[in-house]
Parts: sequence; C-alpha cells; structure tokens
Amino acid sequence: MLLNTLFLALRSIRRNLLRSFLTILGIVIGVSAVITMVTLGHGATQAVQMQISSLGTNLLMVRPGQRQGPGGGGGGVGIPSFKEADADAIEAQIGGVAAVAPEGRASVTVVGNGRNWATSVTGSSNAWFATGNWKLASGRTFTDDEQSAGAAVCIVGETVRREIYGATRGLGEQLRIKQFSCEVIGVLASKGQAAMGNDQDDTVVVPLHTLQRRVTGNQKVNTLLVSMEDGSDSTRLKASLRQLLRERRKLAEGDDDNFNVLDTQQLAETLSGTTQVMTTLLGAVAAVSLLVGGIGIMNIMLVSVTERTREIGLRLAIGALEREVLLQFLIEAVTLAALGGLVGIVIATVASFVFADVMGVPYLFDPTINLLSFVFSAAIGVLFGYFPARRAARLDPIEALRHE
Amino acid sequence: MSTAAGLPLIRLRGVTKVYGSGQARLTALAGVDLDVVAGEFVAIMGPSGSGKSTAMNILGCLDTPSSGQYLFQGAHVETLSRDQRARLRRRYLGFVFQGFNLLARTSAQENVELPLLYRGETAARRHAAAARALRSVGLGGWEDHTPAELSGGQQQRVAIARAIVTEPAVVLADEPTGNLDTQRSREIMVLLRGLNLDHGITVLMVTHEPDMAAYARRLVRFVDGRIESDAANPHPVVSDEATAPAATAGAT
Repeated sequence: MLLNTLFLALRSIRRNLLRSFLTILGIVIGVSAVITMVTLGHGATQAVQMQISSLGTNLLMVRPGQRQGPGGGGGGVGIPSFKEADADAIEAQIGGVAAVAPEGRASVTVVGNGRNWATSVTGSSNAWFATGNWKLASGRTFTDDEQSAGAAVCIVGETVRREIYGATRGLGEQLRIKQFSCEVIGVLASKGQAAMGNDQDDTVVVPLHTLQRRVTGNQKVNTLLVSMEDGSDSTRLKASLRQLLRERRKLAEGDDDNFNVLDTQQLAETLSGTTQVMTTLLGAVAAVSLLVGGIGIMNIMLVSVTERTREIGLRLAIGALEREVLLQFLIEAVTLAALGGLVGIVIATVASFVFADVMGVPYLFDPTINLLSFVFSAAIGVLFGYFPARRAARLDPIEALRHE
Repeated sequence: MSTAAGLPLIRLRGVTKVYGSGQARLTALAGVDLDVVAGEFVAIMGPSGSGKSTAMNILGCLDTPSSGQYLFQGAHVETLSRDQRARLRRRYLGFVFQGFNLLARTSAQENVELPLLYRGETAARRHAAAARALRSVGLGGWEDHTPAELSGGQQQRVAIARAIVTEPAVVLADEPTGNLDTQRSREIMVLLRGLNLDHGITVLMVTHEPDMAAYARRLVRFVDGRIESDAANPHPVVSDEATAPAATAGAT
C-alpha cells in the first residue's frame, strides 16, 4: 500500500507541474539564500583569520602613544618614538622572543623604469622578514654591511614590482626613492590584502639606516615588531616588555604608558567576532526569504484547495481510506519540499562557490546550515501541503465533492 | 433475485436523515422503506429538496442515516465505520456524478485506473481492465486524452468506465445527464441500460428528467422526504430508433 501511495503522490506531482514548480520555487529560493549567505559569511570569517595570521602569528606590534582602536595607535604630539636600541634591548633582555624588528615608515613616490608609483618605504632589519612571515620570491636579504652602512639597496613588494617593472623580475634594476637611487636586490613573495583592506605588497623595504639617513633624516623608529617563540606565555612576555619599555622611556610610577602593545592574536579574535556577527545578520536576512518562500507555498496551496478538496472527495467516494488519502498528500508535500530543499542546496553550493571565488574568500561547506534549512523547508512543505489536505479528508466525501 | 439469506441486495427500513438542530433543523428523509433486488434498474425521481439525493448518498454509503436500518447484502451499513464504508464502496459500488468529477490533467486511462489503485491491483491488471472498460463505453483509442480534450459526453463515459472498472454490484448515478444535451444524454442512458441488461449490474439513478427515467425499469418518486410512488415502468425504452422521435418531441 505504501508503494502504491508513493506512486500516486509522484503521479499527482507530475500531473500538476506548474503547482509543483511554484511550490518548489519558494523553497528553492529560501534554502539557497540562507545557505549561500551563511556559507559566504563563514568564508569571509575564515579569510579574515587567514589574513591576520599572514601578518605573523604571535606578533606583538609596539607603537608610541595610547591605543586608539584596533590597528590604529598613531604617534601623537610630544610622545617620543622608539629608537633602534630599544629593539636590541628587547631581544637581549626578554625571554621567549623569537625576533625583534624596528620599523620606520615613510610615504614616498618611487621612480624606476620610466614610471612612478606612490607607495610606502619601510626601513628595518632582516628580522623584519621573520616577524612579518615574509618570504622572498627572488633575490636576497640585506647583508650585515648593507644594514649598518645604510647602503642603497632595496627589496620591493610584489605590487611595486608589477607597477614599476611590469612583466620583468626587476632584480638588479635601479629604483629612485626621493633623492637617492637604490638597487633592487630582492622581491617579496605576495601576501595579498591585509585584514584592514590595505595592500601589504605595496611597499619597498630598505635597511633601517638607509631610511633614517636618506629618507626621513631622523633616528625615529615608528614600530617595534616583536615575534614570540611558539608556546611562550604572551601575557607574561607582554608584561615584561611593558616593564622594560617603561624603564627605557623613563616613566614614573604613576605615569600612563606612552606606548601600546597590539597583539595580533587579540586582533584576530576581535575581527573574527565582528565577521561572525555579520554572518548571523546575513543569515537572519536570508531566513526571512525562506519565510517568504513558505508564504508563497501557502498561497499556492490555498489557491488550489478547491480543486484538491474535490479530488479528495472523489478519492474517498471511490473507496480510498482517509489515511490513504492523507498519506498520499503527506508524501506529495514532503517530496516537493525535499526536492525544493535539494535543488536549493545544489544552487547554493554553486552560487557560494562562484561568489566565494569572486569575493576572494574560501569556500567552506557547512553541514549544519545545509541540514537546518533543509529540515526547515521540509517542515514548511508539510505544514502547508498536508494540513489543508487533512481538513479536506475529514469531510464527508459528498461534502468534499461539492466544495465550491 | 434475492441473496442467499433471502434478503434483497439493498433494504432500507425507516431511514431518516435530519440535518442541523433546533430552528435550523431540516428533515431530508422522513422514514423511507425501499428494497432493491440485484439486477434492477431503478430511477429515483422527485422535485428538488424531495430527499432523492440524500437517499442516493445513503444508498451509496457516502452518508449515514440519522435513524433506521440500511442493509446492503444483509450487512448493517448504519453500524459501519468510515473506513468500513470506504472498503464497501471500493468493493461493491461504482459512482457516476452529474459533474463527471474526473481528475484534471489526467488521462482517461489513469482516471479509469484510479479505483483499482485503491484495491491494490497490479499495474498490468489495472491497465488491461481500464482499457477494457474504456472500450466498453466506446472510447477505445481515447485512452491518452485528458478531460480537457474530451467532450462532456465523452467525459461522462470515462466516468462510467471508472465506475464499472471494478466490476461493481451496483452503479449509483446521481443526475448523470444533468450537464449534457439530449443527444449525449441518450447515449449515456443507452450505456447505463446496457450495463444493466448485458452485465447484470444493478443501476440506481437519480434524475429529474422523465425522458431519462423512461430508460429505467422501475420508477421511485420522492416527495417531501418520503416515497410517494414506487412502480415498475410499464414501457421502458428498449430501442432508441423507435423512441427517439417521440422523446425528442416530448422534450421540446
């Protein structure tokens, strides 16, 4: 009997193609919207986390002045900047530190190969590559002599190389920064956009002394980049780092810190928290479309209720049992809902894949949201497909037959 | 002409049907006694509101009497549950309605097969029986047509094929010609008479058209929820050629 009823239900779906299609459509739109939104949201969260880890894991960024927000913390008037010696002191006196790089930065326009490009120039030591997880695509890092002498050598980021040298590698070429020319000795491997949207590859790296003497003309170090050894206690390390810097900057007992320590780990947590809120929000918006789809289904079912009531009356009159009719309509409703759910999942998978590619975020399959929206769509289908039929099947057959 | 137990096929005793209660109380049937033996062709007539349709619904086990007894082949129908009545309908009864009540967008073949589905017949047997039934109503070759592609007369013939595909003991026809013109009506009546004469199927038909009732061999007239008259039709229509002109004249 079950097989027979299944057959009846499928036959009925095939017979009422337009009605079936519209029912399915509502579910398809709802399910695919929810899954796509949530999947992309998760992808974006993942992308943010990956970009932060590309900044360097276990990285502390120490800047002068009070923190003004995530990633901010500018100089401020009258606050002394760091010196190169601070970096040496940290490396020598604090345990658990893997590398310390003093970093100075300036905005410049670089000229080479007949083109110019506005970028930033970063002055630092070879430790900078370790703290920032940088790899060289080609060329070499600085020699000790070049670092101490402030030689006219530079390593360019991928963006700068592309803008200035185009298709060629750029190694050995001359690049003019402000009033001096330097030789390109290396090219950084690309890291792509950072979490805040700025292009990390858009920079030129020179030895710190080169920057100080030939570009900025002072001894300032804007940032100290401190990478911690794996497994070191970041809380204790930060505390001793703070203590050391307070001493070196001659702060009295009651004075506030005139520098701040930014932990990329914390930054990662804050930012991924934000994207998770966004994901939830997008999911909620998409859930509304699932609901609207459900209302669409309800409309279709109500419009066809007269025809269906008569059909039920006829089936009862020619000898169908109430439960046979109910089972048929239940199977019909579940089949349509399940079909809609499956098609929705397929569309969502394709759409997520395409959009993830366009947006540059990874595609992450989330079984929970797929299952959840599938179950929800099935529930809607059953609710709106089955219950009107149940009302009709409980009528006297003759009453149902005469339904206007 | 009686069943083994000595009872007629159908026996109504003191059957009443009351709708509503209090001021809205409506007595549709006020004590009906009726015996129908197997093989009869009965036309039930009467003005609208006379209770003939209510009687038909009770006879068809679609409705239950408020009081009184309904014995079908000796079984007390008034005591049966909804499901038991459904099983009785699918086993012994075939229905023809005024409005045809075919499933839309469904081929004639599938419409006729429908009652067999609920009897759990195999696909091969359903198919063969439905094709046979369609041929016997003169619709061989029309199996794949949907109701929208058939004329009213053809639709009613599909409905008759659906009623007889289960080889029922009784066919109940409620105003089967009510939606058809005279010519199609006659074709339907010839079919019903053939079922009765050639296949021995008991036919109960509600109609308000004397021309159509003339095909039956027994005429039962309802007035105000009671049987006013119940008599054999002295001159049942036996040949269309002989009666067609006279009937046409009577209709106009």
